[in-house]
Amino acid sequence: MAAPSSIPVDLSAAFVMAPSTLGDWLVILPPALMICAGAVLMTVRHRIHLHGWIAIPALVLLLLVDFALLVKVVAGGPVTMTMGRWLPPFGIAFTVDLFGALMCFAAGLVALAAGIGALKDINASGRRYGFFPFLMLLMAGVSGAFLTGDIFNLYVWFEVLLISSFGLLVLGSEREQIDGALKYAILNLIGTTLFLIAVGYLYGVFGTLNMADIALRAREIEGAPLMTLSALFVLAFAMKAASFPVNFWLPASYHTPRITVSALFGGLLTKVGIYALMRVMVMLFPLQREELSLLIGVLAALTLIIAALGMLAQDDIRRVAGYAVIVGIGNMLAGIAVGTVAGLTGALLYALHSILAMTALYLVFGRAAAISGSVSLTKGGGIYRLAPGFAFASLALFLAVSGLPPFSGLWPKIMLVKASLDIGAWWLAAAILLSGFLTTIALARVFLFAYWRPAQALPLAQPGAMTQPGAMTQPAAMTQPEAVAQPEARAQVRSQLGGDAAAAPAAALRSTPAETWPLFALIAIITVFGLFPELPLSLSQSAAEGLVNPAAYIQSVFPQGPAP
Amino acid sequence: METILALLVGAFFAAAVYLILSRHTVRMLLGIVILGNAVNLLIFTAGRLTREVPPIIGASMTTLPSGAANPLPQALILTAIVISFSFFAFLLVLTYRAFQELGTDDTDEMRLAEPKNDPLPPGGY
Repeated sequence: MAAPSSIPVDLSAAFVMAPSTLGDWLVILPPALMICAGAVLMTVRHRIHLHGWIAIPALVLLLLVDFALLVKVVAGGPVTMTMGRWLPPFGIAFTVDLFGALMCFAAGLVALAAGIGALKDINASGRRYGFFPFLMLLMAGVSGAFLTGDIFNLYVWFEVLLISSFGLLVLGSEREQIDGALKYAILNLIGTTLFLIAVGYLYGVFGTLNMADIALRAREIEGAPLMTLSALFVLAFAMKAASFPVNFWLPASYHTPRITVSALFGGLLTKVGIYALMRVMVMLFPLQREELSLLIGVLAALTLIIAALGMLAQDDIRRVAGYAVIVGIGNMLAGIAVGTVAGLTGALLYALHSILAMTALYLVFGRAAAISGSVSLTKGGGIYRLAPGFAFASLALFLAVSGLPPFSGLWPKIMLVKASLDIGAWWLAAAILLSGFLTTIALARVFLFAYWRPAQALPLAQPGAMTQPGAMTQPAAMTQPEAVAQPEARAQVRSQLGGDAAAAPAAALRSTPAETWPLFALIAIITVFGLFPELPLSLSQSAAEGLVNPAAYIQSVFPQGPAP
Repeated sequence: METILALLVGAFFAAAVYLILSRHTVRMLLGIVILGNAVNLLIFTAGRLTREVPPIIGASMTTLPSGAANPLPQALILTAIVISFSFFAFLLVLTYRAFQELGTDDTDEMRLAEPKNDPLPPGGY
């Protein structure tokens, strides 16, 4: 039970009225900005033509703020802002270190990409039911989770992002979506409830919820049931991150909503679970993480292998992407299991890569399904001929996701394999390599069937329809007789995938800048990240060092030394 | 006092797990409500339990009187109640919609997102 505080408190510190400097506000700005933008969008919920004009500038602003925050943290170390002068450990503090700032920046990047993609992908009904407000609130939850320094507050941000993700998931109310949403909602709610149980016990043991305070005390305390606590945290966050064996909600639900929503989820939500796992297990409970490292390692290996086999077994490309998300989680868990600075650097670098790559993968698959006319590998085909530039970009992304050179997946994987070999966990390194191999096969097969193979004959084939000028943006495709597509079938698939149902068949293949720019921009970032990995690598390394040795983090929360 | 509450929390958890393991969504929902209440009681028990001294700082005092009840868990529970209630409301609507659309509340029969005879990917062409 929490001990009564009989220690005299120095109240003068709480009455400091000096205004915060402008730089300090950066810590709280990302969630505050997103909540305000969400509120404004709510008020104009029915004027859907305004949504894009409000949401996109807000997301650009978010990205700028995230970038400024990252620069500030790189330059000056962790930043803390206390709400309402309730000094730590009593009040809610927002504390951002390099780890949080990096994740926040990557999240801002994909949110902007998804927001721009949504301008085309989300139709009028999706907007009327509030896609953009939900997107803003989701980003508020995600940024809040990355920036907060209080563990109960982390739970609250988890719930904020969870309820917005429910809203996004059921947008459109297809029967398939409701089925997927039910499973997603119930299992994720149980996951966060497990987290809340752990928070309750944590408060019972430590009497504090401030992460810096807990990090200080967890290293001293003896005889408390900290193993039980950390096991609960591992279970709760593994469930959020979709690690084997608590991953089954992800392939059941992530392929059901509109492809932009899937892209956002694939990029962001599971990574918040990984972030929380790293924050809690590495920074707060390093000794317990060491004890549990074998368990986490076995989970990581099983996640890697089973998810890679899952990728091989799917016909629906969106579900291939779902399992690809889980493979990435396995890689990050492997880094946490290793637990050395090298391993954590690998995990963090992989998380950054995965946020970008998974969003891009879903967007690419959505576009691929629109071009080839089917989400099924059995039925689709012919993309290479219809859109060679897009096919080339997709191949680059597939290589990045598989972890092949020269793209961004390679470097974290090398670090992870080397880190696990360094501690003698050869089986973990073998699992990482084997799952990388299986991933390569699965994605190569997608490329083979959906891209290289000539378009399959669909019952709705109408060769004459393609003679209209402007049916496609790629003029080369017009001259290819095999490329004669099935515009109506494609328009149908497109409308299922989130295109405008009223679009004319001929318009089905026309790509708009809103659809292609974010996708190509993400792939370009991934490529640059792969070719010049020094900067992200060195940033991740200092972030991992900051996690292993949180002295700077604690110093930032308690500038006058630890609380009594 | 703590012992009684701990036993109550245990009983709540047992009932919640039993209900959540059911195949029927309505029972699962009841399980989730009980789980939420169990967690709230758990947080309450994790604080300092007293009946005598309310957590109020009087006009002449600067800190809480010794032996006062702990106000923090109550603030936490208040937040958790609001959250779990709103989630329950959402899930209730979702379950009702699922029952309307899918015609069943048995999760074994909800196979739309993951069809039972999902085709395997082609082996070659």
